[in-house]
Amino acid sequence: MEKVKVEICCGTACYLLGAANMMNLEDQIPAEWRDKVEVEARTCLELCEKENLGGAPYVRINDTEIMAQATPEKLLTRIGELLGGAA
Amino acid sequence: MLNGSTFIRRELMIRIVRAFDSGSLESEIDQIPIKLRPKNERASRCCVYHDRAILKYRLMALLGISVEEEVDEAKPLSAYYAEKAWSAADGGPAKPKTPLSVCGPACSGCPDARVVSTQNCRGCFARPCVYNCPKKAIEVVDGHSVIDQKLCIKCGKCITACPYNAIVKTTVPCEEACPVGAIRKNELGVAEIDFEKCIFCGKCFNACPFAAVMERSQLVDVLAAMKRGEKLVAMVAPAAEKQFPGKIEQLLAACAKAGFSDVMEVALGAEMTTAHETAEFIERMEKDPKTFMTTSCCPAWVNLVWKHLPELVDHVSLTPSPMVFAREIAKAKDPSVKTVFIGPCVAKRSEARRKDVDYVLSFEELGAILAGRKIDVIACEPWPVPRPANPTARNYARSCGVTDAVLTEATAKIPGFKLDSKQINGIDKKTCMMVKLHASGKIPVNFLEVMACAGGCQNGPCSLVK
Repeated sequence: MEKVKVEICCGTACYLLGAANMMNLEDQIPAEWRDKVEVEARTCLELCEKENLGGAPYVRINDTEIMAQATPEKLLTRIGELLGGAA
Repeated sequence: MLNGSTFIRRELMIRIVRAFDSGSLESEIDQIPIKLRPKNERASRCCVYHDRAILKYRLMALLGISVEEEVDEAKPLSAYYAEKAWSAADGGPAKPKTPLSVCGPACSGCPDARVVSTQNCRGCFARPCVYNCPKKAIEVVDGHSVIDQKLCIKCGKCITACPYNAIVKTTVPCEEACPVGAIRKNELGVAEIDFEKCIFCGKCFNACPFAAVMERSQLVDVLAAMKRGEKLVAMVAPAAEKQFPGKIEQLLAACAKAGFSDVMEVALGAEMTTAHETAEFIERMEKDPKTFMTTSCCPAWVNLVWKHLPELVDHVSLTPSPMVFAREIAKAKDPSVKTVFIGPCVAKRSEARRKDVDYVLSFEELGAILAGRKIDVIACEPWPVPRPANPTARNYARSCGVTDAVLTEATAKIPGFKLDSKQINGIDKKTCMMVKLHASGKIPVNFLEVMACAGGCQNGPCSLVK
């Protein structure tokens, strides 16, 4: 099974608008998912300009899926869905 | 912490920076409230029109204008902005007299604090609320407890006694948070700050769930000064550590990239504060071993003494704060620069006004400039500081930091030196009473450190991460 790739935008806009709460996401991932999820902190993904500023903080999942107003809870739920309840 | 209030404030700041940089702030600013709350979309309050009206006031505060001083309600934001540009041309903008402003239309006029019984009451047989009430203010009527508001003294005994959590205390968050009773509802039921009493600690600014208390920003003033080509020195407070991703040196580099002509740590000023404050302390103790001295680096504390504790004025250290020394360092290096203090504090705005520091930005406002200019702190090469500030000086932003610094310095000079110190870690109604005991000499200490924010400046009202 492919790993779930999670890219957290740590650009200053996303950081100010909530990404600061996701800096320790890796620690919040349940142990049984750890080797199935790859979390990366990225510099500005420029989604706050392409999409809209109010949607920050942005997270990109598996290169294509964009999550607006991301929170650790929302992310963990989505990761769980992608893993198909594999945990 | 991030919540709806901080989110909208930061979003507006970033929008202002972006619009300013694209040269379209004057033409765009009146559109921002409409863009953010278009018709047919969900409103945060009763309707999008109310939301827009408040957004307009938020933008006014971000332009540095006091909502209380508004005369012409029809005046568009673009007109305020244009006026600012004019005033800047003749010698720079006037610094706001008061750093806070209350947005009346945003204030919810919270009902007065009361202890009330809710639907959770089951009218039980034991009735611990009735038995525990020292004022006999509770009766059970038709199977429900009822509190007589005329008798109730809000002691809260019934709240703890009830096994169903049926009794709650409603509060007026701003009034509850204010340590000095400076914010009160006026005859219209809208919160109003008495600036004669206000110490600018910023507690109400953080406490109001309707974000009705706003800071009067100098963000646009700083952007305009940069654009005019003025040399601005970013003086970054020690509390900046861990506020942004990356190291302090990277944050300094980010400031330089954002357009500041020079950057420095305020901790360098803190080193001078430590040296002077220690010398002052030793001198005071030599003169009168029974006296005590209290710190002067927290501006909200100094405001508290001046406005409410006149008996303590003589005990406040005369040593200038790290910000003031940092300004001296910057001016000594190049007298033509203007100084910008960057920190987590509301009260610094009042100190800056007195001490000739030209501008104050909060970490949020700095963040907005960096975000608007697409600068990621973590991607910046560390700034080549001539030397990093002393660790004890960098530690000023934590509670006990000043005490530790003075103690370390004094012990180095006088071996076996003892400091009989006490820290007031956060000003609230209770600690205000404590401080009064110190003033009357009832508590034997000789060094009293007071920080308005619990934990120190790192938990300041405008910090990004607490």
